[in-house]
Amino acid sequence: MAEAAESPGDPGTASPRPLFAGLSDISISQDIPVEGEITIPMRSRIREFDSSTLNESVQNTIMRDLKAVGKKFMHVLYPRKSNTLLRDWDLWGPLILCVTLALMLQRGSVDSEKDGGPQFAEVFVIVWFGAVTITLNSKLLGGNISFFQSLCVLGYCILPLTVAMLVCRLVLLAEPGPINFMVRFFVVIVMFAWSIIASTAFLADSQPPNRKALAVYPVFLFYFVISWMILTFTP
Amino acid sequence: MATTAAPAGGARNGAGPEWGGFEENIQGGGSAVIDMENMDDTSGSSFEDMGELHQRLREEEVDADAAAAEEEDGEFLGMKGFKGQLSRQVADQMWQAGKRQASRAFSLYANIDILRPYFDVEPAQVRSRLLESMIPIKMVNFPQKIAGELYGPLMLVFTLVAILLHGMKTSDTIIREGTLMGTAIGTCFGYWLGVSSFIYFLAYLCNAQITMLQMLALLGYGLFGHCIVLFITYNIHLHALFYLFWLLLGGLSTLRMVAVLVSRTVGPTQRLLLCGTLAALHMLFLLYLHFAYHKVVEGILDTLEGPNIPPMQRVPRDIPAALPAARLPATVLNATAKAVAVTLQSH
Repeated sequence: MAEAAESPGDPGTASPRPLFAGLSDISISQDIPVEGEITIPMRSRIREFDSSTLNESVQNTIMRDLKAVGKKFMHVLYPRKSNTLLRDWDLWGPLILCVTLALMLQRGSVDSEKDGGPQFAEVFVIVWFGAVTITLNSKLLGGNISFFQSLCVLGYCILPLTVAMLVCRLVLLAEPGPINFMVRFFVVIVMFAWSIIASTAFLADSQPPNRKALAVYPVFLFYFVISWMILTFTP
Repeated sequence: MATTAAPAGGARNGAGPEWGGFEENIQGGGSAVIDMENMDDTSGSSFEDMGELHQRLREEEVDADAAAAEEEDGEFLGMKGFKGQLSRQVADQMWQAGKRQASRAFSLYANIDILRPYFDVEPAQVRSRLLESMIPIKMVNFPQKIAGELYGPLMLVFTLVAILLHGMKTSDTIIREGTLMGTAIGTCFGYWLGVSSFIYFLAYLCNAQITMLQMLALLGYGLFGHCIVLFITYNIHLHALFYLFWLLLGGLSTLRMVAVLVSRTVGPTQRLLLCGTLAALHMLFLLYLHFAYHKVVEGILDTLEGPNIPPMQRVPRDIPAALPAARLPATVLNATAKAVAVTLQSH
């Protein structure tokens, strides 16, 4: 009400400001590349009102999301300097990979005597707790990457290790022996290196150049623990 | 003045309805869109844009106020005034909700910022500190420097967790309530935080010049020796080797910490109490970590090699009932191979 008394003095100058101030705010906030990631779902939602994905079949929606996840899988398998994985992050891929890995690591332990093997919850907790720890560490070291972007990259980069787990399970179907172990060892080492290379290719740029080693060390530890679990797995 | 202003006023009045409607549409629609978007942003995933968001929300409140004021001094006081009040109320509510979320995110982010100085290190610094943690300096007259940094200690604790997990796995440790991971994390962090707090408390009683942060850094870097010793001896099961490493590496890292503490304490009794406690705890912890998960291996080896074979033999004896007799030799062979594999892996 106090403003009401003041504003009649210059109604002409007062009126355009509220008109365009809000609008310019929107456009600016969408053009800043740093937060472009966050505004993309919003913008697509606005677009969806026009093209109306409400009418499209559920299959189309699911296929579109699956295609996005698949594209990111390809990015991990063939890591190159690209920030698709960073720009539109999602946690579907990591969830799928983590659940697959945990299910495969779950040994069908009928005998409760030897219950030392990795359980589903344990793998799940290691993956997510480890990823969160690495992310916090990289934030503390001064990295300019958002929390979920880093979580997304770390989750997607488990893909080679999941593949290694699949291979290990297939190899374990054959008769056990030193050759069997050597094959598994080789596969796990290669996939471990692949995971490290892929994740550093995506994450290293977000760190200050002189501190890359500090940020990569926990990543190394994280994948090392997971690959070690895969290597020592016996059904 | 009224006469000169009349045409302009008339013109403005004539254009009023459309413009007013248009204005209000834009304003109302605009503010609604902004509000919804802001809600989206805050419920979204990143904390970075909170500062900007906060600012935008504040500006928006000003805008809403201005809009409400403008609408009230307009000609259409009835419906328009009501709508203005409503929009203002909604904006107010939105702003309150946004502010609450923003301040919560802010406080989380501020906590990270508080910790950031302790992680301000270079790789070369960490390397030199790791090496220095094994080199005791005999200088007791002048207080030795302790770097107040948490990156190295935290990473060493995580490394120790990984090594411990490795040791537990190879020794087939069975933990009834809880997971191996939880136990490993609990042991390592419990030791680091618990002993640091305890020694800090003792240091307070003994009047030593040390802060909690320095204590955490000192004890954290002291775990470097533990990491090396455990990593080697979990893979090479030799008691003599372990005792050698225990005395050498564990002793060196303990000596380093003791030297630092001695240099920062005055009075022989206080020094003895403080350093004796720390040295005993640190050395015994390494002993505990090694033997807690080593003994189990020996126990398993005993059951495999010793006279407790009968439970192993029960497996092939039970199977023929369900399987054809031809499979019997293969099963026995399999069981033997498995036992060999287990023995190989545990070594």
